[in-house]
Amino acid sequence: MAAPMLRWCCPGRRFAFARVGCGSCHRRGPPTGSTSNGKRGQSSVAQQPHITAQKPRKGEPEWAAVVGLEIHAQIASNSKLFSGSQVCFAAPPNSLVSFFDASLPGTLPVLNRRCVEAAVMTGLALDCHINRKSLFDRKHYFYADLPAGYQITQQRLPIAVNGSLAYSVYVGRKPSQMVTRTVRVKQIQLEQDSGKSLHDDLRSQTLIDLNRAGIGLLELVLEPDMSCGEEAATAVRELQLILQALGTSQANMAEGQLRVDANISVHRPGEPLGIRTEVKNLNSARFLAKAIDYEIQRQINELENGGEILNETRSFDFKLGCTVPMRDKEGKQDYRFMPEPNLPPLLLYDSGSLPSGADPQQVINIDQLRERLPELPRVTRQRLVQQYGMLPEHSCVLLNEVGLLEFFQNVIKETRAEPKKVTSWVLNTFLGFLKQQNLAVSESPVTPSALAELLDLLDRKAISAPAAKQVFEELWRNEGKTPAQIVAEKKLELLQDPEALEQLCRSTLEAHPDVVMDLKRGNPRAINKLIGLVRKATLGRADPTAIKEVLERQLSS
Amino acid sequence: MLGRTLREVSVALKQGQITPTELCQRCLSLIKKTKFLNAYITVSEEVALKQAEESEKRYKKGHSLGDLDGIPIAVKDNFSTSGIETTCASNMLKGYVPPYNATVVQKLLDQGALLMGKTNLDEFAMGSGSTDGIFGPVKNPWSYSKQYREKRKQNSHSENEDSNWLITGGSSGGSAAAVSAFTCFAALGSDTGGSTRNPAAHCGVVGLKPSYGLVSRHGLIPLVNSMDVPGILTRCVDDAATVLGVLAGHDPKDSTTIQDPVKPFTLPSLTDVSKLCIGIPKEYLTPELSSEVQSLWSKAANLFESEGAKVTEVSLPHTSYSIVCYHVLCTSEVASNMARFDGLEYGHRCDSDVSTEAMYAATRREGFNDVVRGRILSGNFFLLKENYENYFVKAQKVRRLIANDFVNVFNSGVDVLLTPTTLSEAVPYTEFIKEDNRTRSAQDDIFTQAVNMAGLPAVSVPVALSSQGLPIGLQFIGRAFCDQQLLIVAKWFEKQVQFPVIQLQELMDDCSSVFENEKLASVSLK
Repeated sequence: MAAPMLRWCCPGRRFAFARVGCGSCHRRGPPTGSTSNGKRGQSSVAQQPHITAQKPRKGEPEWAAVVGLEIHAQIASNSKLFSGSQVCFAAPPNSLVSFFDASLPGTLPVLNRRCVEAAVMTGLALDCHINRKSLFDRKHYFYADLPAGYQITQQRLPIAVNGSLAYSVYVGRKPSQMVTRTVRVKQIQLEQDSGKSLHDDLRSQTLIDLNRAGIGLLELVLEPDMSCGEEAATAVRELQLILQALGTSQANMAEGQLRVDANISVHRPGEPLGIRTEVKNLNSARFLAKAIDYEIQRQINELENGGEILNETRSFDFKLGCTVPMRDKEGKQDYRFMPEPNLPPLLLYDSGSLPSGADPQQVINIDQLRERLPELPRVTRQRLVQQYGMLPEHSCVLLNEVGLLEFFQNVIKETRAEPKKVTSWVLNTFLGFLKQQNLAVSESPVTPSALAELLDLLDRKAISAPAAKQVFEELWRNEGKTPAQIVAEKKLELLQDPEALEQLCRSTLEAHPDVVMDLKRGNPRAINKLIGLVRKATLGRADPTAIKEVLERQLSS
Repeated sequence: MLGRTLREVSVALKQGQITPTELCQRCLSLIKKTKFLNAYITVSEEVALKQAEESEKRYKKGHSLGDLDGIPIAVKDNFSTSGIETTCASNMLKGYVPPYNATVVQKLLDQGALLMGKTNLDEFAMGSGSTDGIFGPVKNPWSYSKQYREKRKQNSHSENEDSNWLITGGSSGGSAAAVSAFTCFAALGSDTGGSTRNPAAHCGVVGLKPSYGLVSRHGLIPLVNSMDVPGILTRCVDDAATVLGVLAGHDPKDSTTIQDPVKPFTLPSLTDVSKLCIGIPKEYLTPELSSEVQSLWSKAANLFESEGAKVTEVSLPHTSYSIVCYHVLCTSEVASNMARFDGLEYGHRCDSDVSTEAMYAATRREGFNDVVRGRILSGNFFLLKENYENYFVKAQKVRRLIANDFVNVFNSGVDVLLTPTTLSEAVPYTEFIKEDNRTRSAQDDIFTQAVNMAGLPAVSVPVALSSQGLPIGLQFIGRAFCDQQLLIVAKWFEKQVQFPVIQLQELMDDCSSVFENEKLASVSLK
């Protein structure tokens, strides 16, 4: 059974299929020894791919960890949530700031239709109930990058509620042991992003960039249905895929388009939930998993040593790999929520409730948006499995790597090769090369058409599989040659002339009587050596199976 | 010429009796002469003359933009004006020059109006006297009128005349004084609890508070977003209708404005009021109401009745809760709206740079007066998590009840309500400041404030002079978005009462030419 904390997945695995031990990955307290290992001790445990059962301390039940997430996704839209300012990452500071964004007195918010549509689409994709009426509120706090002194959000009545997000995790080591887990989506609300504060400690100055101020955010609240870092990271990864498929957010964590805060607590099963801490500053899925698992372990250690958990906000120090308390500025904040008086209730319609004669520009029809929903990742994966007979985990990899699915589909479109062959080439050879050089699919020197042509050559047995690999390597060098040209130049085409092969085999047998003797003495592996010699003689252009056939015939005659 | 109404002077401009530049210069000269009234915070002389020049070109080409082309107007200093300082009479915004025009300002300019300047007010429009701004109090032009002075001579002998000037009411006192003293033909005010109607009544002009949502608030620096409405101050009801026609309508920059298009309108003259039903809310007969106002109110009701209208007593049972409810809602929104004034992006910033928090604190301490700070503190108290349900939510519920009172009355067949605008005529400044701002606001908004809760249109029409020779106004309240109907009734009433024109000759002896049309002006109420 699982000891808490224990499982980073194998380092290379960063896909939406997490490997977790079982449904209760943190349900067991660490042995006393593990506690004494301290924080550093975790890494040794963490490396274990396997879960070793550990007995709970005598008379005490196991520990259970509870993880909930608060996710902010920046809406992909041309303009901000309540103003016409452009949205653009890494623009010069304060170059995308309208009068409203700078909170000039007298300015008023005007809701961006695109942002509402994005929220509705995301809600639909997460099986949420879409509220036909939602409200905006002001959340007050003083901060230099919050020009109005309040953020407009949806505290009382958010646009979408009661959804769910399904994600798949491995249980055990075999891919087949994969289960789908579900986390409930409490709500999705529309709200404004804040600006950015840049602290110049040297001059003790703070510089404010308002480019980000007022960009539309979707705040998604995921219920505490997760129990370890990997589950949380996997759920977030799946959400990322959904948002990207919908086009409602670019959801790039490194660029801050997807920000995740985690609420974490531990308790003994059957007992009330423990006091939770909030961990912020999680800017990658990997750090998210690490931070959560670290925090769970920290809490368990704390409690086992007779300490107590404070309801505090902690941040993850990715250099040290641990969470540290954040300086709490003014103690408990009272946000003094108040209805936003300048925005009427946000009303949404469906085809049944659409007011007759309504200006289509003024109303949003949920049914229409539902029809426009693209294929969601879950469905895409099922389709890939059904259509191409690939393994579920392969479909998963195709989706997780940005652009890989499109690449794959373009290859499929242009080649006669079997889908399974294409899958294997794309996932093993192509992806392997990319990983080796740390490239994104879009940076690949090999185009889908080139790979398709190469696979065609292989498919009609114009070249052997090893020759194909050689061609691929040439293609990767990107010298502008087509696979056919490379094959011709390097003389890699399969030996199609049976007579020539017969002759090459015969001369090989004659040149190596020792190997033939070895074979006749009963060493079955000697035939492989002969095949190798013939292949060498053909410059790799002959199919090993065909060579074997000819050799065996010649030897027995 | 300056004593004429907007419509009259518009005709004069069209007929070439006067050019926009001449008109502008005369107004500017009068503004200078009446500087002691403190009606204007900023006089935008250059801008106005430039606009007049443009207007003049248009008139010469025969391409006038309409009734407002070349007409001098003034704007309360809480409307954003591009390139012209907008202070809200607060240290916080002293020196703040907005980069954009409020929609209502832009609409007036688009019609060719000449912006004479920005008018004085209580700091951030919080007050009912126009006495609590950093630029000092506004003096009521009627303090210097022949009508008032003569009565004073009869009644008192010992008091020093100069120290007995009267307040204008507020918070749009500067705008009311500007129109009343003939320095412009129309002015924008704002009305959150009566801030347009109250000074209109005290200054003997027409003060219109349109339906909430009919006129854009974009660029109006807010007091209470859910109640603020740009107000219109003019010399007669027709003029108010003309300006409303220009201002009304959907603004894509204000999501709370109505979607339906609004067409400019002219008011027909009502000849028959027999189909009208006038409601007299019994709760408005309060002990504090001066007997003179009460008597004028009854006379007005009798006038309608005698002309065949149905006059009926109605009940607005939740009226008495309006002020306290307003206090909670107003201060809460104020606390929120004022949060943006932190010294970072614009406005006043203190010298302290110990920390961001210290900078906020000192900036806001220095920037806001006691009234503003007091309201911010109360508002934040009401919005605290533990108080929200008990104060804010309850106040909202009461607000709904108050609004429903009006709905019920109008559903019962009443077309327009007739009430006093103020408890009495304007009081001397020395008298007024004996009570603090909060007490005064609570007293003075009593008849006007519930209307803002309900978002209804209301207009104060000057009726007659008090025994002291000071103007008294009465208020008409209409159904939501029936502003036109409301104004038709008000126009009929205005014609019946023939309110006298203010006589300022003594005050402006040196510019007697300005008032050569005085007699002409007296027929303006037709």
